[in-house]
Amino acid sequence: MMEQFNNIAPWEWVQLISFYAIAAMMVLGALFVVTMKNIFHAALSLAVVAMGAAVVYLMLDAEFLGFVQIMVYVGAVITLIAFVVMLTQRANQSGDNKATNHQKFISFVSVGTVLALLLWKIPNASWLTTVTNAELANAHTIGNALLTDYLLPFEAVSVLLLAVLIGAIVLSRREKPAKDDGGAE
Amino acid sequence: MIIPLNHILVLAALLFCIGLYGALTRRNAVGILMSIELMLTAANINLVAFSRFVTPNTGAGQVFAIFVMTLAAAAVAVGLAIVICIYRNHRTISADKIHLMKW
Repeated sequence: MMEQFNNIAPWEWVQLISFYAIAAMMVLGALFVVTMKNIFHAALSLAVVAMGAAVVYLMLDAEFLGFVQIMVYVGAVITLIAFVVMLTQRANQSGDNKATNHQKFISFVSVGTVLALLLWKIPNASWLTTVTNAELANAHTIGNALLTDYLLPFEAVSVLLLAVLIGAIVLSRREKPAKDDGGAE
Repeated sequence: MIIPLNHILVLAALLFCIGLYGALTRRNAVGILMSIELMLTAANINLVAFSRFVTPNTGAGQVFAIFVMTLAAAAVAVGLAIVICIYRNHRTISADKIHLMKW
């Protein structure tokens, strides 16, 4: 592991150190997401984690995904969550508002087991990595792949998005009073 | 590529396990949804990392990551709609108090 750190350029040190800083920030943010009592602060921590993930994508030369991540997560998902939190905030302020339920201990033990197993196995595994000097995948490559090799999943996802659109509207629509039964539609 | 693959995988494993813990223990229904988003982000980081290290020139993993992102956004949209619906009927979104479909 150490010999690959011997002869690397100064700007690569910068990249490496910033990766660890961002990784630490993401893990801290994730811990805040699951432990914060105030659910709105947890949503803001989730935004931090999403932006950290976007930076990791940029470091992995996935520029398109990085910017899509910022637009979709920070721009749309977090906004949606923040609105729902504000709409349902009254429920949190009454009664006991502990963040976690009674499964805390057993969850901690089982998740810790999974994590220990992963951290034990990941460094020992020999992944089939390839080092290539060919051109890296960019937005052009991804667009081509989406419309050729992955056309069927792409179309299926579009149908799914339509279903989600209708489903979300139907579920969150306010119920009409019973007396006007459909005549005004 | 200077960042070792193993370190990215460890980051994703940490995020996934934290998200799993949150999904199991959070009482607030919106908190459970956010924990699930954390887990999906961890999976996405793995997909992008393997795409960069294993098939750097086809970008297959990035296409999968786009699909996962779409499904995560869809899940959060429907999930939040359900949360709003439950809040309207029960005046609470605490997962401990919602036992409509428990025995």
